[in-house]
Amino acid sequence: MAPVDVAALLTTAEKGAKDKLKSTHVAKEVDPELDLGNLLGSDLQPIDVREFMKDREAFLKNLARDNTQLLFNAIWKLPTERCEGLVLATLPESRTVIPREKPVPKPKPPTKWEEFAKRKGIKNRKRERLVLDKNTQEWKPRYGYKRANDDTKDWLLEVPANADPYEDQFAKKIEAKKERVAKNEYQRLRNIARNKKIAMPDKLLAPTATRPSKEQVSVKLNLSRVSTASVGKFTEMLPKEKLPKKTGKKRKFEPVVGDLSGERSRNLELAMKIARKEPLDITKALNQHIAETEKSASEANKMGAGKGRKSKGKGNSGKAGRSVGKKKKGKRN
Amino acid sequence: MRCQGKHQGSLAFACCRWQITNFEPALVVQEPRELCLRKTRTFKMRPLTEEETRSVFEKLANYIGENIKLLIDRPDGNFCFRLHQERVYYISEEIMRKATNIGRDNLISVGTCIGKFTKTRRFRLHITALDFMAPYAKYKLWVKPSGEQSFLYGNHILKASLGRITENTPQYQGVIIYSMSDLPLGFGATSRSTQDCRRANPTDIVCFHQADVGEYLRSENTLT
Repeated sequence: MAPVDVAALLTTAEKGAKDKLKSTHVAKEVDPELDLGNLLGSDLQPIDVREFMKDREAFLKNLARDNTQLLFNAIWKLPTERCEGLVLATLPESRTVIPREKPVPKPKPPTKWEEFAKRKGIKNRKRERLVLDKNTQEWKPRYGYKRANDDTKDWLLEVPANADPYEDQFAKKIEAKKERVAKNEYQRLRNIARNKKIAMPDKLLAPTATRPSKEQVSVKLNLSRVSTASVGKFTEMLPKEKLPKKTGKKRKFEPVVGDLSGERSRNLELAMKIARKEPLDITKALNQHIAETEKSASEANKMGAGKGRKSKGKGNSGKAGRSVGKKKKGKRN
Repeated sequence: MRCQGKHQGSLAFACCRWQITNFEPALVVQEPRELCLRKTRTFKMRPLTEEETRSVFEKLANYIGENIKLLIDRPDGNFCFRLHQERVYYISEEIMRKATNIGRDNLISVGTCIGKFTKTRRFRLHITALDFMAPYAKYKLWVKPSGEQSFLYGNHILKASLGRITENTPQYQGVIIYSMSDLPLGFGATSRSTQDCRRANPTDIVCFHQADVGEYLRSENTLT
């Protein structure tokens, strides 16, 4: 009884297993569309509504299993390779375009230098990362840890001809480097502030360790001029001082049309002022003087030559008469 | 396209004056555009500012002196000065009001162009102003018929072609040039005073050329 039972059990178990393991072959009226690159299969066959209504769960499960089987069949047809006991299939390029999850990253806002470089057409040259170290004849990184031609490790430094001989050149070098790093950091922060549109203090208004430049002085001076309660209305002018051209005021023009009488009267006033303004022009005055003397001289000539000849007696008689009279007077007395 | 204006020869999309010469699309795209595009801004017609009025009047006063007020205050109607695209126009009020209906890009000229402001904001008279200046001229210079052509070609006036000149004309004075038949021909600036002219050699320049009616032909495309 027992062995029979075992055999029967085995057969039923085998049968059950066979039932469970369905065939890999799936028959479908419409072939599903497979995109192996994405491991995606889409079933194009219409649903048999009658079957579906009988038992929904079972129908869907069955359908899913069949379609998955088809997908796997297609995958097994792909070229495979064996690696560390695993079978790997190489998937083809995906065909379905899937929208990306996150928005496309925005391009980084350009730094001030990048903007300048673009304007001037300066392009970045790619340099090799490794360079040959002169001393060791080895290839080492251009910069950073264990760099080639490391000038920070110099044990000897030349004292420039015009430098103070007691100045520490090593300390000076370190200081210069620190200064450069600080400047870079400052510019980085300025770039961030610029791109985020944060108000920054004017570069020219920042306090300076050394003597301020001419530009800095003028900017500060012009700012201090308007930094009064009356916005610089009563600020006294220094002798020969020139007002800055950029006052920050927006240009405001008169209206194009409207009452023109005001404009006309203003223009008239200005015209009169300009016409009246005739400072003593020395050359002009001199020319006028020369002209007058020449004129009078020529007239005198005419008087002496032409006129005199015509009416000699008249002219002479007057002069003579006067002189004669005087003489006579004298004689009489 | 190559710029014919300030950016001589540089490629440009649009500029004050440009010309199409062997159009190279690939090159044009590569070229930085903002250089010349900056020049293309248009100016709205507007009254002159005080500073501009001053420079215009100072220039006019050089030729007609206090007679400017006759231009401003006219019995036959209201006239005004307007700036449009860096040019100064002398317009009757009525026409100016009508002109405001025309878009600034489309308005090429209105009234009489007196002159233009250079890029350094100096005022330069145009020959078109002659009609308004000639009746009020303070100092005049008459050119002999033999020298007329030379002057109308843009040359200075030599002593040889000097017909007559107003008495007491100072040196470097703005004068209106007339033909012997009293036809106004242009503007000039005397290089010598009247007295000095008498002593000058026949080949000496007595008056520097500034503008002449020949420009109506020579610079037809720039006069508005």
